[in-house]
Amino acid sequence: MARIGVFVCHCGENIGRTVDCARVAEALRDLPGVVHSVDYKYMCSDPGQQMVKQAIAEKGLTGVVVAACSPHMHEKTFRRAASGAGLNPFLCEMANIREHCSWIHEDREMATAKAIDIARTLVEKVKRNRPLKTIQIPVTRRALVIGGGIAGIQAALDIADGGREVVLVEKEPSIGGHMSQLSETFPTLDCSQCILTPRMVEVYQHPRIRLYAYSEVESVQGYIGNFRVTIRRKARSVDEDKCNGCGACTQACPNRKVPSEFECGLGKRPAIYVPFPQAVPNLPTIDRSRCLLFLNRAKGRPDTCKKCAEACSKGAIDFDQQDRLVTEEVGAIVVATGYQVYSIGKETGRDDLHGYGEYGYGTLPDVIDGLQFERLASASGPTAGRILRPSDGKEPKRVVFLQCIGSRDPAKGMEYCSKICCMYVAKHTMLYKHKVHDGQATVFYMDIRAAGKGYDEFTRRAIEEEGARYIRGRVSRIWRDGEVLKVQGFDTLSGRPILMDADLVVLATAVRPQPGIEALAQKLNVSYDRHGFINEAHPKLRPVETSTAGVFVAGACQAPRDIPDSVAMASATASKVLGLFASEMLEREPTVAVVNDALCAGCFHCERVCPYGAVEHREVRNRAGQVVRVVAYVNPGVCQGCGTCQATCPSKSVELQGFTDDQVYQQIQALGL
Amino acid sequence: MSHPHGPETLVDRVHRQTGINIRRCYQCGKCSAGCPMAQETTIRPHDVMRMAAQDDLEGVRQADGLWYCLTCETCSVRCPNQCDPARVLDALREIVQEDHPEDAPRPLRAFHRSFLDQVRSHGRLFEMGLIMAFKTRGGPLFADVTTAPGMLSRGKLHLAPTRIRHLEEVRRIFEACGQRED
Amino acid sequence: MARIGYFPGCSLHGTSREYDESLRALLAAMETSVEEIDDWSCCGASSAHQGGRLLGVALPARNLARAEAQGLAEVLAPCAACYSRLAASRHEMDRDPDLAAKVRLVLAREDFRNGVQVKNLLQVLRDRLTDLKAAVRVPLKDLKVACYYGCLLVRPPEVTGGFDDPEAPSSMEEICRALGATPVAWNRRLDCCGASLSLARSPSVIRLGSTILQDARKAGAEVVVTACPMCHSNLDFRQQAMRHRGALEGEMPVLFLSELAGLALGLPPKVLGLHRHFVPTGSVTSRFAAAAGEVG
Repeated sequence: MARIGVFVCHCGENIGRTVDCARVAEALRDLPGVVHSVDYKYMCSDPGQQMVKQAIAEKGLTGVVVAACSPHMHEKTFRRAASGAGLNPFLCEMANIREHCSWIHEDREMATAKAIDIARTLVEKVKRNRPLKTIQIPVTRRALVIGGGIAGIQAALDIADGGREVVLVEKEPSIGGHMSQLSETFPTLDCSQCILTPRMVEVYQHPRIRLYAYSEVESVQGYIGNFRVTIRRKARSVDEDKCNGCGACTQACPNRKVPSEFECGLGKRPAIYVPFPQAVPNLPTIDRSRCLLFLNRAKGRPDTCKKCAEACSKGAIDFDQQDRLVTEEVGAIVVATGYQVYSIGKETGRDDLHGYGEYGYGTLPDVIDGLQFERLASASGPTAGRILRPSDGKEPKRVVFLQCIGSRDPAKGMEYCSKICCMYVAKHTMLYKHKVHDGQATVFYMDIRAAGKGYDEFTRRAIEEEGARYIRGRVSRIWRDGEVLKVQGFDTLSGRPILMDADLVVLATAVRPQPGIEALAQKLNVSYDRHGFINEAHPKLRPVETSTAGVFVAGACQAPRDIPDSVAMASATASKVLGLFASEMLEREPTVAVVNDALCAGCFHCERVCPYGAVEHREVRNRAGQVVRVVAYVNPGVCQGCGTCQATCPSKSVELQGFTDDQVYQQIQALGL
Repeated sequence: MSHPHGPETLVDRVHRQTGINIRRCYQCGKCSAGCPMAQETTIRPHDVMRMAAQDDLEGVRQADGLWYCLTCETCSVRCPNQCDPARVLDALREIVQEDHPEDAPRPLRAFHRSFLDQVRSHGRLFEMGLIMAFKTRGGPLFADVTTAPGMLSRGKLHLAPTRIRHLEEVRRIFEACGQRED
Repeated sequence: MARIGYFPGCSLHGTSREYDESLRALLAAMETSVEEIDDWSCCGASSAHQGGRLLGVALPARNLARAEAQGLAEVLAPCAACYSRLAASRHEMDRDPDLAAKVRLVLAREDFRNGVQVKNLLQVLRDRLTDLKAAVRVPLKDLKVACYYGCLLVRPPEVTGGFDDPEAPSSMEEICRALGATPVAWNRRLDCCGASLSLARSPSVIRLGSTILQDARKAGAEVVVTACPMCHSNLDFRQQAMRHRGALEGEMPVLFLSELAGLALGLPPKVLGLHRHFVPTGSVTSRFAAAAGEVG
């Protein structure tokens, strides 16, 4: 016979203002099976918890219903209390009379009646609760980090330094990401490569990091603690065991006119190339879409040019190399794929982004984006650090910077703020002034968003000490008039239309997630927003977790992030991963689906509807060891307890523990509908 | 928009007429930057948007930029926040004319009145009639209107209006839209 | 023979009759028959919506309803202002069913479905680019043309249906290239000429118009091409006033796109109405007119 205890919480005024809690307790007291029913001001307080424990002990309760806030808030608290008093924690449930009742109603009479109804349904459920045990799953204590930019590097190093193995996958030929392209960094103006390259080398040399550069994640199977990841190692056409990185092949390549990705198209590279001098690994890669030999092969013609192979003293060039698939077992995954900048060309890569025809759609050579300016300002860049404009190589004396291009622009781009532009534009004006002393930098901005340590001081310095002219307003149009660019804008603070000449215009283009992020997110089963940024599990309290257990997120693939933010997030993911790896076994809530082997007809409808891929096939054998039937099996490590299988199973042979059909029907019945 | 129980504000009126929420405007000034009349006016499109978003009808009434809008649509095409200033200015002109018909500059009122009169009377625009009516209503006498003879010799101006057959249809439209004859 | 609905509009019956003349001649030469909307009325142009939204939508809608009753699927509105008003009226009724219902009531046309496509001359010619190219008899070799779009042919994209890019259009250049002419790259092709204030505030119009013409000249254009009677009359008729005020030097012929195409198709300048311009067009006709000498 059930002996249920009911505990009604006032939550101060939160519930008490709208719901007559004493009356709720009183009404519940008369229900069959309820042997104890009380109300109290703060049930979650220590005295409140003591009331629960005491009642369990004194009245021999077989189930507890706490009518209070959402189980998201305090279910753990009360289950722990129940457990402390010797009751199986899963025999304790919360009736949500705050979010579901008091907060959303005004009429006290009706709200009280509803609270009684809500609590009553839970009493009926708890009567049918069975003691459950948490599930233990083994953990593979190795991590996969996807993306070798600063976030991925930081996460990999922190996890590896914490004593666990890391597999780091980078799709480009070298790690380093966008940070390796930057000249100097805000707000300290220290050299980006100087602070980054030691980290890159550290990754390369770390005994616990396995680096797969020029590789991509092909598929992901499994669940938290037990992922099986297939990685495509794209063919570099270079045998990395033989190559000594001497660079003779890149010198020998006759096709030296390929626009360099690293230089954002402002410089050229050969068809066999190392993206930049400090690349890690220092291995050349043949770009097969540009290599003469491969172009000929595609047309069915014989190989003509083999200059790179001829120049290589190690015989490392391998024109017949194929992509290879490797499989890695890991227990946790960190997604750190970073960002791309909004294209200023007509092709934006998405139908709903329209580009900026009024700024020349990227057809005006002296209208460039912020990353291109970084390359111009970088000592290792195509101009060796001199600010020279692309059209004629002259030094621009008037540079105009436009902020919010593609950001905060729902008409042509994205409505969100890209966060980093205000700061890097201020930095650009300084870098420019440091290199072109008689030059004038002008910035068109809408707001200066410089929230961060030393950030506002930095933008003020650009204005007050470095003489950057900041004009509050947007530019309507840019056109070319002979050698100069005409910039037509408006100064909303002085109320004057502005038409100014510029030698170079730099557009601070929006931060967007990397192309292909959606496909990767689907492989990982993590959710993403409509822009493609990976969603965090909770915007405040779980900022580096995702919707899938064991998959974490760091850096600009989650939202526009600057370097310190990305690094902080990366270290946070590392701490999460190391926490997960702290023990060999992982505990999980037992609210998972369980298949009744005897009833299952093996139709596998559940397999088709399961959003998490948790349903597996299990063979049932007779004593002779022959397979007699194949039935469904729900992997408790993967199951998220959504109940879709239970709702759709035609033979009613799968049940979600803690939410059985009987429990749910009795809850409904309790409402007397 | 505003609280459903509150009085209708200017923001509400513009929303009712155009479906545009002018509170979206974040005052970037791109409309005024591209406005071909910005250098001839003192209250520019973004100023008008600002005043309207603050429910400042009195301010809007003072806006010369409201009346010298060329309806060239540049502002609307380039507005980053889909505020469609050209439509908003249309709506504001309509609102001001409803509440304060005397506000519109005289030559403009004269022009639009003369234009609509022509359409009401003939179903089509009789250009000669328009110019004459415009001048009688107090439109400025331009030097170049005197080149009308040049127009005549080129066969470009008719001396008599063409009247459509079903003029009553056009008249009904005018009446249904509350346009009375002067 | 192809058939297309036609809404000439008031300007083409008056101050811009050469546009009407050249257009009819051109379409006839391209074996397209033109069917005028019976008893069409003024679209209301820039004045009607000053008299309220309903008037601004209902006046053009009367013509759309008549075209629909006439069985026309698409209507060519050569005047950019008429095009814009007709297309905007269609668009507004499309997205606002209440407004459409009101308009049906005002027009006393219960059966009006708002199903007529409205097109401007750029759309119609670009749709028929192959035919046009095939019909060219006198290629306009080495003629440098400044294609002037103005405001309403490509703006706003919701109304034009985005048939061309509102910030970087190319249809008029494509058409001119098909005629053998050489479009120049210039900066003012999307600027407003000020037509809607033409009578009420002519100094503004002179400032805006002269800026456009100067830029075309600077880019090396020998002729400015337009597909809008408002723009044409502003840029052609007002050149004298621009010169008077010192805003412009010399003359820049301004041709309708239909006139330019007509020349390339070998139609006589007189048929195209080139003698009706204020700025002499001889610099162009003398080079390309099939029967040169007809026009001074």
